[in-house]
Order: sequence, then C-alpha cells, then structure tokens
Amino acid sequence: MVLAAGFGLAAHPALAQVKVGVAGPMTGSNAAFGTQLKDGADQAVADINAKGGVLGKKIDEIVVDDACDPKQAVTVANQLVADGVVMVDGHFCSASTIPASKVYTENAILEISPASTNPQYTDGGSWNTFRTCGRDDEQGKVAAEYIAHHFKSDKIAVIDDNSTYGKGIADQVRMNLKKLGVPVTYSTSYTAGEKDYSALISRLKQDNIGLVYIGGYYSDAGLMMREGAAQGYHPQYFGEDAMVTSQLWQIAGPAAEGMLMTFPPPAEDSPAAAAVVKALTAAKEDPTGYTLYSYATIQVWAEAAKKAHSVKPLLVAKELKSGGPWNTVLGKVSFNKIGDIVPAAYAIWKWHDGNYKVFATK
Amino acid sequence: MAYALQQLINGITLGMIYGLIAVGYTMVYGIIGMINFAHGDVFMVGAYVGIIVLTAFSGMGLTAVPLGLLVALILAAGLCAIYGYTIERVAYRPLRGSFRLAPLISAIGMSILLENFVQTSQGAKERAIPSLIPGGITLMNENGFVVQLAWMQIAIVITTLVVLGIFTYLVTKTPLGRAMRAVEQDAKMAALLGIDTNRTISMTFVIGAALAAVAGIMFLLYYGVIDFYIGFDAGIKAFTAAVLGGIGSLPGAVLGGLLIGLIEAFWSGYATVAYKDVAVYSILAIVLMFMPTGLLGRNDVEKV
Repeated sequence: MVLAAGFGLAAHPALAQVKVGVAGPMTGSNAAFGTQLKDGADQAVADINAKGGVLGKKIDEIVVDDACDPKQAVTVANQLVADGVVMVDGHFCSASTIPASKVYTENAILEISPASTNPQYTDGGSWNTFRTCGRDDEQGKVAAEYIAHHFKSDKIAVIDDNSTYGKGIADQVRMNLKKLGVPVTYSTSYTAGEKDYSALISRLKQDNIGLVYIGGYYSDAGLMMREGAAQGYHPQYFGEDAMVTSQLWQIAGPAAEGMLMTFPPPAEDSPAAAAVVKALTAAKEDPTGYTLYSYATIQVWAEAAKKAHSVKPLLVAKELKSGGPWNTVLGKVSFNKIGDIVPAAYAIWKWHDGNYKVFATK
Repeated sequence: MAYALQQLINGITLGMIYGLIAVGYTMVYGIIGMINFAHGDVFMVGAYVGIIVLTAFSGMGLTAVPLGLLVALILAAGLCAIYGYTIERVAYRPLRGSFRLAPLISAIGMSILLENFVQTSQGAKERAIPSLIPGGITLMNENGFVVQLAWMQIAIVITTLVVLGIFTYLVTKTPLGRAMRAVEQDAKMAALLGIDTNRTISMTFVIGAALAAVAGIMFLLYYGVIDFYIGFDAGIKAFTAAVLGGIGSLPGAVLGGLLIGLIEAFWSGYATVAYKDVAVYSILAIVLMFMPTGLLGRNDVEKV
C-alpha cells in the first residue's frame, strides 16, 4: 500500500496532467441533469485537450455522483479532494452544492457550479465559489412579474418540494407576487419522490386554481401534471430551470403541453456555441438545458488558468473575477465580486409537443 | 360533497395499492414471523418486467393492449416467483433457527441488492409509459368541480379484492393453506406430522412474490412512471399498513392499506399536504398504543 502510494505520487508530474472534478446527480431522480453536466464537461475537456490542454497539461476529468443527496455530496467532495483536483464543475442541486462548497473552501479548491441557482451558494462570500448560471432571486422575480402581467385574473397556487432549491425559488416567487400585489390563493409543500399527487390535485381543482407554480424538480412536476390530466384538471403550469429536460415530457406526456418555465435565453442558438452544438448533436447528446453551462464552466476555467499562467485555485479565482470578459459558448461573460455570472438574464420558455422553446424574453 | 367524493376515490385507490403490497408482507410474517423487507423490491422488479414487456410490444408495432398486458402479467409473475424462491433459498433458509434479527438483516441486504441490480442494469433514470387505459367515468359535476373515476382506479380496487378473496380461500380451504397454518402454529410439530415445512415456506414466498408482481404491474399502469426506488417508498407504507391492520391477517392488510390511503387523501385535502406522513404515523402510533396487535390482529399468547 505504502509502496503503491509512493509510486502514485512519483508518477504525477511525469504525466503532466491537471485534474478537474465533475460532480452531479449521475443516478437518482435527477439523473437527467447529471447527464447534461457530464456531456458538457466531456465535450469541453475533449476540445481543450485536442488543442494541447491547459498550460501544456492535459485535463484529466473525474466524474462523481452525488445523487442530489447532501450527505453523499460531502462524501464525493472529499473523494475529489483526495484525488487532487484543482477545480470542480458542479454540483447540480443547491442542497448538494452548498454543503460540498464547505469542503472545497477548506481544501482551497475552486468550485464553479453550472446549475445551482440558490442565492445562498455565493452569498456565503467564499473566494472559491462561482456559478455560470443565474440566481433564484432574479429568476423568481422574472417569473412573478410574468405571472402578474399575464395571469392577474387567475387564482394562483405556489407549491414546492421543500428542498433547498425548490422552496428557495418558490419563496422568491411568493415574495415577489406579494410585492406586486398579486394574491396567492394556495401555498403548500409536497414530498419529493412521492408518486401519488391525486389528493393535492383535487385540492387545487377544488380551489379553482388557474395557475400552478411548481418549485421543484422535473420528475415530481411531470407526474403531478400527468395525474392532473387524469382527473380532468388542466390549469396553466409554471416551472423553473430544473425542468429543462426532455425527461419531463417523457413522464408527463401531452399533459405538459403549454407549460411555462423560466430559464436563461437559449445558448445553443448563438454563433459562439455553433461548433460545440454540432459536435454534441453528432454524438447524439442533447445540447439544451445545462449542457452548455457545464461546457462553459470548464472553458472559462481553462481560459482564466491560461491568463493567470497557473492552475493554482487562488490565482485562477482572482483572474476569473478581474480578467473578464471571457469568451465562452454562453457568449461574453464576466464574474462579479462574489462569483456570480454577469449578465444573468432569464427568459420565459414554453413546452410544446415534446420540446421547449423561448416564448417571451420578459 | 363532490370534493369529498373525489378525495374518497383518491384515498381508496391509493389504499388498495398499499393493501395489495401489504398482503405479501403479512403472508410471510404469518408463516415464519419474519419481515421480508425485500418484498417491496420484488414489487419493483415486477413493475420493471412490465415496462420492458410493454415497451417491447409497442416497439414491435403490436398495439393489442390486452394481449401485451396479459403477457406482461404472466412474465412478471413468473419471474418474480423465481426471485421470491431464490431469495428465500439463498438469504433466509440458511438463517432459519438463527437469532431473530439475522434474517431481518439479510432481508435488508436483499432489498439493497435488488435496488442496485435494477439501477445498474436498467439505468438510474425513471422510466415512463403513456397511459394504456386512459379515461373513466364522470360521476358528478358540482359547480364546475368534476368528479372523475378512472377505469384504472376501478381495476385496482377489483384486483385487490379478488386477490384478497383468492388468498383467503387458499389459506383457509386448500391443503397448502392447511399446511401453511400448521407451520405457522408450530413448525417442528408440523414437520413431525409429515408436512414438508421447507416446501410450504418456499411456496409462501413464491406466491407472495407473484402477488408483488401483480401489484407492480398495477402500479405501473396507474402511475405510468417507475424508478428503481419505488419498492422502498411503497414498501414502507405497505409494511405500515400490514402492522396497522394486524400483521399476519390478510383482511387486516387490506384494511390497514385502505385506512392509510384515506388518511393521506383526507389529510392532504382538508389539512395540509406537507404533514400527511406525520398524520399517518401518528395514527399508527395511537392505534398501536391501544391495540398492540393492530386492528384485526390476534392476541398470540406467548408460550412459556
């Protein structure tokens, strides 16, 4: 054992590799998003390595599975630390990203989440936490404003799955609706992973709810819409960025027709992303959702490391904040003092016939 | 009124699903006094066999839904019966006569094994099928509130009642049932009187597993979405149902399931969705305080 460890250590410099971690829900009910994160990162690593890597070192990608479970997130974070990564692309669920970030901070490793939108993540003020997606205070505001403009005459329900992310975004929507003077008729939390939502559906039906805002993940939301349709209940559903996966339509079927959701404007249509989208599509991988965000995470880190002439996390972090704007597949981006991406816009998307498209930009 | 009726329908359907799974728990407990925690996962395997067969059917362009269902049901029941037999043979029989907790722990082990097996072989994402038996009847329309009774809900209630009837007959009227009851009362004495206890116990597991497969298919048809974890969630609720109804009692299992389903529906409907599990388990605790053997459980006199 000791011998093997000794050889392992000795072998490192010779290989001239730099290790980065990719952490997300590779299994469990959010596995569709784990796939998006992995696909984006795989493509970015392949593209960068094909051009000679970062500062002459090839990127070695280590993928770990947190199953969106906070305890497992801490375990795999420690595993990545032991593996000697300098940067982590992840995690996905805010409830995983936040506890894992403590591990990365203690060990001075950079964490760039492509998907965790809960404000607490960067509000903690650590030097090493970044994200390439928006924040729920902005996302919740956009959703609430849209609802206030277009669904004023409807009775509104706001429900959430009691997770860090789901309750976080739903609370933002509740708060912003209140500010805008729109009453919320019904408000509750359901249990994530539940299969029977019939009682909740009947309740919404009884209260004559015309718009249901769901703060939660796609698997629960999809099932809820499906069971609603079976009861002959067809309100306007409104979701958020944890529903941008074709898995939602697989579960809900036509019951999801017309569902609205908030997500950043499409990155896959921009010229900056054209080559990457082509490569992903050729590999039969879905370029929508968070795939390009994960790509941009690796990309922006590599750019900053090149500019800082080092992969040392502290130097790269400084460079990320001061050295922008960066050219990425998401377009030109930079980071503010706490590591949030600028600009971070949200658009309204709509489900139609198994696909989601931008419906309105405000 | 219409609203209460709709919640009643929701509660009865959910309760019958719990009851259907609970019958399997209660049968095994009745005969060897052991909680078969892997039962929920055999149920999950049944649902997966169902989705594989049904997907293959539609993949081959066959649209005959009744035929597909029949094949799915037979294959799932057969395969799960083999699982049930194997689990008993491999994980429980060698531990029979050991201390009471040993088979319990190996049952939990089997449960984790099955979950991980399905997760690695079938993938971690949830699998969905479109509604095969859509529609239903509209019972009433009160000020725009439409009460829907889906065909699937009727099918679930009928299936559970038929299964309960068959099993009650099996246990009380057939030679196998007589052997099962004899083993339950005193396994050693039954063996001395010429009953093959190993075979009787194996048969109980085989029948229980086939039943779990039927429950799995019903679950798949009703919800349309399954993942490798459904056995755990449904299993815990069904186990609770079996305890509430009096573990070891067949009608008790269905009654317990029904009660839990109704509590969940009415609590969600009139109080708050967020605390429905708290309500279920509080009522379970209260019932057990006053009736330690459950609603229909017998008072076994401990032999000294």
